[in-house]
Amino acid sequence: MPANRFNGFTDYGIGIGLRIPHYAHIFDKKPVVDWFEIISENYMIDGGRPLATLDLILERYRVVQHGVSTYFGSAEPLNREHLRRLKSLVKRTKTPWLTDHLCWGSVDGTYSHDLLPMPYTFEAAEITARKVREARDFLEVPIAVENVSSYAEFHMSEMTEWEFLNEVVERADCGILLDVNNIYVSSRNHDFDPYEYLNSVPGERVAQIHIAGHSTFTKYILDTHDHPVIDPVWKLYDHAIRRIGPTATLLEWDDRIPSFDEVHAEALKAEKYIQAPAAAGL
Amino acid sequence: MTLLEFQRRMMKAVMQPLASSDRIARKMADGRPMRIEAAEFITPNSRLSSLERLEIYSRSYWYRALDSLYDDFPGLRAVLGQQAFHRLSRAYLADCPSQSFTLRNLGARLAGWLQRNPQYAGKTFALALDMVRLEWAHIEAFDGAAEKVLGPEDLIELGPDFRAGLQPYIRLLEFEYPVDRLLIQVNQASEEHEEASNTVLKQKHHGLVQRVTRFECERIYVAVHRVDFAVFYRRMAAEEYRLLNALREGQPFGRAIRTGFKDSPVPSGEQPSMLERWFAAWAELGWLCPPARAGQKKQGRISQ
Repeated sequence: MPANRFNGFTDYGIGIGLRIPHYAHIFDKKPVVDWFEIISENYMIDGGRPLATLDLILERYRVVQHGVSTYFGSAEPLNREHLRRLKSLVKRTKTPWLTDHLCWGSVDGTYSHDLLPMPYTFEAAEITARKVREARDFLEVPIAVENVSSYAEFHMSEMTEWEFLNEVVERADCGILLDVNNIYVSSRNHDFDPYEYLNSVPGERVAQIHIAGHSTFTKYILDTHDHPVIDPVWKLYDHAIRRIGPTATLLEWDDRIPSFDEVHAEALKAEKYIQAPAAAGL
Repeated sequence: MTLLEFQRRMMKAVMQPLASSDRIARKMADGRPMRIEAAEFITPNSRLSSLERLEIYSRSYWYRALDSLYDDFPGLRAVLGQQAFHRLSRAYLADCPSQSFTLRNLGARLAGWLQRNPQYAGKTFALALDMVRLEWAHIEAFDGAAEKVLGPEDLIELGPDFRAGLQPYIRLLEFEYPVDRLLIQVNQASEEHEEASNTVLKQKHHGLVQRVTRFECERIYVAVHRVDFAVFYRRMAAEEYRLLNALREGQPFGRAIRTGFKDSPVPSGEQPSMLERWFAAWAELGWLCPPARAGQKKQGRISQ
């Protein structure tokens, strides 16, 4: 590890999200960054500045695509127009693997633009897994699904979230984008042990890890990606790395975005956890 | 309950317009209490009721969609004022929720919706409609497709039967008000007043809009296009506007020129020099491209 068939047998290190406020710094200073994660939907367009900028980034950096609206968990079929545009972008970026969320967000052609939580049922697992397989066959690139933060649970659920994740990835034979911050947020919102979740994840399927900050309110925690990573999340990350092995890791920072150097420095804190098992001879 | 039934139910609840003070709606569209609806599929915990958990998603949906329209239509905000814009946005989203995987397309149906619902713009309806059309064209011109530009070597056989296309990202529009200049002024005022209070900015926008609505009703023709990836508005004569539309429709040059000058007051002796100037401008801006093939989308519009 970390190279496996779910991340295209790559050995990517620590990356950050490509965000517009950092463009000037990136093009001016040309900082050394192992890889950038892009939001696929921002570039699923016909032309203009966003694609021209992406092409300049691709000349110098490795890019991995992360989607927000494939909605593998929506009961309706995959959107063919969406897939066609996604495939065109995959060819452009040559992303070695592609990620999107284990969630739903559309029904009958209407879109919420949110990452809505799944009911953890066997029917939902089968539908979701089938759509992941269909997307992978069409896009011809490994797919990893990301566990989301959630604020609601449903009466109809038949299993825990981690059991559902395992059901989906086994049935789809796909990878996992393990978001340790999302596990922490959901564990606080739903009163479960985040380590029990982490210990149940099939490590051999983890293609990538996400870390991020969040906001704490009186009655719940919101996944806002607008703060540094807190210590309990770093501890979860440490545990994940010890279990799974060094894995491509990305820091998400999407709101109240500080300078490039600040975001990159926060991401690079992951290095000490990645190097710890090797230093200990594990 | 199947997955599809569950998702239809939750989506309906999430998208129910927020009540006053931005709390979740108290009732579903059919009058059913939202509290009872939420309790039927959402599990409460020790800190949050089913309704409160649903409210997190409902508010998140509405804030995200409203923010998107707010960012995409600064000119319409200036024309209507903040409160009327907010009312219009909520009504539009209730009638026309997103049908695209990207929020970029959220405003695609706003012009058509406003034509059917003029009461949301009141006395400024015509100006507001012009502004919506311009701002949507701006979005399309920003990231629309570009084809290979026709160069001198392609135009060597230029004659009456020669056909050329217009770059797919270009939008040709006819307005009743000079909204191109108004939008530029609105955006400049917003940039200049970045550090000032909202009140100052509102007064500035109000003044700009008042001037346009009182004195400046004039028919104009505008091409919304881009140069080096920045979007620009170029005023045109009615003849040039008609000619370019004819080219886009696939007419050969000879016929397109006749279409452009049909019923024109421009003396025939002056027409060749006008054509020469237009061609020079189109060549410089790279507007001409090979004609669209049969079945090809003429304007590179993202299908909804």
